Amino acid sequence: MHEITLTVNGVVQQVAVPGRRLLSDCLRHDLGLTGTHVGCEHGVCGCCTVLLDGEPVRSCLVFAVGADGHEITTVEGLAAPDGTLSPVQRAFAECHGLQCGFCTPGFLCTVTALLRQNPAPTEEEVLEGVSGNLCRCTGYQNIVKSVHRAAEIMAEDR
Amino acid sequence: MTTKLFGEPVRRREDPRLLTGRGLYLDDLGAGALAAAFVRSPHAHARIRDIDVSAAIDVDGLLAIYTWEDLPGALAQPLPLLIPHPALTHGRTAHPLAREIVRHVGEPVVMVVARDRYLAEDACDLIRVDYEILKPVVGVEEATQSAQLVHADVPGNVGAHLVQEVPSASGRAVREIIESAPHTLAFRLDIERSASMPLEGRGVHARWDADDRSLRVHSSTQTSTSVRMAIAAKLGLPLPKVEVIAPDVGGGFGVKIVHPWPEEILVPWAAMTLGREVKWTEDRREHFTSSAHERAQVQFVRVGFDGDGRVLGLDVNILHDHGAYTPYGIIVPIITSTQLLGPYKIGAYRVEFSSIYTNTVQVTPYRGAGRPQAVFCMERTMDHIARHLGLDRTAVRAANFIQPDEFPYDQGLIFQDGRPLIYDSGDYPESLRMLKEMIGWDSFPEEKARAAAEGRTIGIGVGCYVEGTGVGPYEGGHVQVTSDGRVHVSTGLTSQGQGHETVFAQIAATELGVPLERISVVTGDTRRFGYAVGTFASRAAVMSGNAIALACRKVRDKALRVAADALEADPRDLEIVDGEVRVVGAPGASIPLATVAVLSNPLRYAFDEEAARATQFAGAGSSFDRPPVAPGEEPGLEGRDYYSPIRSTFASGMHAAIVETDPLTAEIRILRYAVVHDCGNLINPMIVEGQIHGGVAQGVGGALYERMVYDGHGQLLNASFMDFLMPYATEVPAVETAHLQTPSPLNPLGIKGAGEAGVIPVSAVIASAIEDAEGLVIDRMPISPSELFDLRRAAG
Amino acid sequence: MKPPPFDYHAPRSLGEALDTLAEVGEHGKVLAGGQSLIPMLNMRLAAPGHLVDINRLPGLADLDVEPGGVRVGALARHAQVERSERVAAVQPLLRRALRLVAHPVIRNRGTVVGSLAHADPAAELPAVLALLGGSVRLARPGAVRDVPAAAFFTGPLESAIEPGELAVSAFFPALPPRSGTAFREVARRHGDYALAGIAALVGLDDDLRVTGAAVACVSLGPVPVIVDVTEAAGHRPAAAADWAAAAQAVWERVEPEADIHATAAYRRHLAGVLAEQALRDAAREAADA
Repeated sequence: MHEITLTVNGVVQQVAVPGRRLLSDCLRHDLGLTGTHVGCEHGVCGCCTVLLDGEPVRSCLVFAVGADGHEITTVEGLAAPDGTLSPVQRAFAECHGLQCGFCTPGFLCTVTALLRQNPAPTEEEVLEGVSGNLCRCTGYQNIVKSVHRAAEIMAEDR
Repeated sequence: MTTKLFGEPVRRREDPRLLTGRGLYLDDLGAGALAAAFVRSPHAHARIRDIDVSAAIDVDGLLAIYTWEDLPGALAQPLPLLIPHPALTHGRTAHPLAREIVRHVGEPVVMVVARDRYLAEDACDLIRVDYEILKPVVGVEEATQSAQLVHADVPGNVGAHLVQEVPSASGRAVREIIESAPHTLAFRLDIERSASMPLEGRGVHARWDADDRSLRVHSSTQTSTSVRMAIAAKLGLPLPKVEVIAPDVGGGFGVKIVHPWPEEILVPWAAMTLGREVKWTEDRREHFTSSAHERAQVQFVRVGFDGDGRVLGLDVNILHDHGAYTPYGIIVPIITSTQLLGPYKIGAYRVEFSSIYTNTVQVTPYRGAGRPQAVFCMERTMDHIARHLGLDRTAVRAANFIQPDEFPYDQGLIFQDGRPLIYDSGDYPESLRMLKEMIGWDSFPEEKARAAAEGRTIGIGVGCYVEGTGVGPYEGGHVQVTSDGRVHVSTGLTSQGQGHETVFAQIAATELGVPLERISVVTGDTRRFGYAVGTFASRAAVMSGNAIALACRKVRDKALRVAADALEADPRDLEIVDGEVRVVGAPGASIPLATVAVLSNPLRYAFDEEAARATQFAGAGSSFDRPPVAPGEEPGLEGRDYYSPIRSTFASGMHAAIVETDPLTAEIRILRYAVVHDCGNLINPMIVEGQIHGGVAQGVGGALYERMVYDGHGQLLNASFMDFLMPYATEVPAVETAHLQTPSPLNPLGIKGAGEAGVIPVSAVIASAIEDAEGLVIDRMPISPSELFDLRRAAG
Repeated sequence: MKPPPFDYHAPRSLGEALDTLAEVGEHGKVLAGGQSLIPMLNMRLAAPGHLVDINRLPGLADLDVEPGGVRVGALARHAQVERSERVAAVQPLLRRALRLVAHPVIRNRGTVVGSLAHADPAAELPAVLALLGGSVRLARPGAVRDVPAAAFFTGPLESAIEPGELAVSAFFPALPPRSGTAFREVARRHGDYALAGIAALVGLDDDLRVTGAAVACVSLGPVPVIVDVTEAAGHRPAAAADWAAAAQAVWERVEPEADIHATAAYRRHLAGVLAEQALRDAAREAADA
């Protein structure tokens, strides 16, 4: 077992994990942050995407022990401390960018980072930006719309 | 604030929790539960000679290992055959754990329970199963010719054989009509396997209360009430001692209507046996090889038609690949064979199908459920006729349409609900007119010529369908107004992302005159509503929507009766507006629904100030001439009602697409995709659009990307998201939609189902468009660039 | 799908890492980005007894950009290299190829050297290294060797890395003057491994005549196949060179195999089509350089 320290959504967490513990399982089962979902465990679906030091990564393709000392943001950490939804979350609600909601946390994390890097993406950049996340419900149209809408909300908020 | 929310694009009430990680899916439950994992067959067909668990028992954290021999009573019997049918003469289902023979790769053989899933998998890896490998049966045509049998007692591997024939109006047989028709064509069509493939797999969590001798099971299912009955039956428990709840479900698309999955009875049994919470969360590889697939069919078509393209006779013979077992009966091929006729008046129709066993994963409904194959067959037929006669493809379709004044229209067949296939309403000519206008059908030849001048190859395709939705037998709704003025709605069927919490609340708000914020909806929880069928066949809105509306009307009537007493008014003069019962035209005379709820439940004890108004000495509106609860009344402001339709209602739609094919690389790109959709009255257009988008995306997957590839040994070669190619955002076109609304006369809300519509015609539409672009005949789907390249070469 | 047990090592220095690798030998596996390794572990297709996580080694994430080329450290992520303007200025083909590697989120974690070490013939980066004549630097306790690309890729998923060795960096040489590159591929879905791909390099003389032209082929053989098409193209001005003949030479040379996504014949066809397109692109770039 390895004693590790993760800063998750701003909270310092200490946990003991075996070397093989996937970060996705550590977040979900050791820390109880079940908002991060697991859809394939081979890095294709993107449901488990979280932000590792601000960059989106597949938490099923990172060992928890490898994240020792790093900062992680999960879907639970996207809203403001008072519960106000982030622009990306608001946009997804507004544009019906989710149906069953299982892939949604991965999209939200991916898009949050995308818009941080590129606050006004083109259609092509949005498609490229979300192209690593599978959704089986929405057909993506409203997800793409949500990303543009989130960019708009962020511009309005500035 | 309006409460007339029926028809409004109300934002979803599910979203706040799903957007913040507060949804509760199966694997989010039961922290600390033991984990189950399974040893599954690596062979498509084999006899189990021996199972050696000795190396596994030392695994740290192991609690139990079970094989078929450990299973008691009914648990050791084959799983139920859910939908028997006289034509399914050789229905076969699996045992929860394999008994002697395994019939597909992925069939569960051993269940392991350990402290966590990692350890359970470690133990699985150490269990040695000695198999005698048998020759597998793979491929539906091979299966019909093979001497090898999937089930030793099923000759020819034929599980079911069904013929339906609708002779001509004058009574002539189909084959005779085709022989004598001015034109005849015969051809063969192939469709490959795909699968529902929700992003959340299956999963079960069970908690046994040894003191109470009761079981609480959560399952990622499309039917919690039926899972409950199956568990009670298989484990020998009294039904009231079993509760089943479908939590947030991460997509279903059909695969989760099958039940009880082996795991749905094994996990609760293990929980009872071990006296511990046990959970099984399906992983992706298990989902590929141990759940269900759909689509694969071979179709042999003969058609006779006149010079205008009117179909005089149609004869279709279908070989349906059913995989290794038939737990869901023959619903898929029944739907294919009966929905094949689409919006058309066919002179005479004969359809025959054989449901064939192969050593592959079982086949059960996937969104569309047999209809994509049916529409592929019919629409390919229409395109064949148009090409043969040199007619416009839409003209041939129009020549065969059922006309708006011909409803109800009886197709003369028996549908999947065992009832006559009678279309209730529709307007197919108008639908086609709208579609042609939207996609620019009539001006496409010029567009195509312009593209050709630039060295580009484009083509246009069309496809029409009719979809029987809202099949029975029934659903129910329960509506309770509590003394705080809140409205609690429940229905037994489950939700997998369709937005039921929102649309059912919209219906309740509209029917009751209560603001949306005061309404809560619970689905799929047997503790709240025990009678239900399930969520499939685009039936939830039709069935539960109408049941809830009817239950609301009961509640409304009662509220008006109680309020009339209190207000000393005639109930007919009352209305409910914004949660207040008031006298029409006298705004001062009103009483909140909360108070009505209080008054409707005569109390002896007061638990709060509001309740005090209903106690026996409070003196509110009581008469000594009748008992506190009048005869025929019940305490409380609540109502329960059911909707049970005489038969299905028939939604319809038409799609068109423009595709571009790369002359060099044979890559296929969808440039435009247009949908005209008719599901009767829309409850929430935003949600209906979302359903269509998602359906089209799955259709695009089925047309261009997804297929389950088996080799001759029955090994699934692409059991991962690396190689089973579900489309990403970069592969799915933007979908343009338009709605036509021909209300259903069959139900109070005039609605039809919308859940599956988007997926149904897509393969037909894309095939039509590629055919137009390439001038080649497309007779099998999906099609890849490699296959298009082969077709081009074959055509020289 | 959970990884099998292994001993996890997180060395803090290169020396410690090399010692550990030497100790565990063929039972050890190096973890860098993990984007290929961890899926294999999750599917239990690999079960190394020891995992040596090099992510905490100092200095290995460096990009050393010189006029002569780019040395990419073992921990440089795809995204980091892709975004580097300095790298793009010296070796633009890297960015072009990196944009075709999987999806952005995978590129945030995956490493360039890891992709090379994985030696997947369907991957873009091995073809780039091979085309440019780059090399991989391998270290073991007390010894370092540079293995040229031509000797590095020894088979599908097989490289010259010996048990106990660590790939510490890779060197991508800069382009000579008056040369251009291009990368073309066809994949089933955006971000998938290519059904076939071609990286092309064309060099011109001062009269803008072709002096050298070559391609590296992706998914068209057991290793990145290099085809020198200088002769087929002819010593002619870039626009007038016989790129069709060059493509024909590629078509003849490749050894594609069929799989569930494409036939060998289709892959061979794509090799020709993409080679002609990529060579023309590269020649145009060289002429404009």
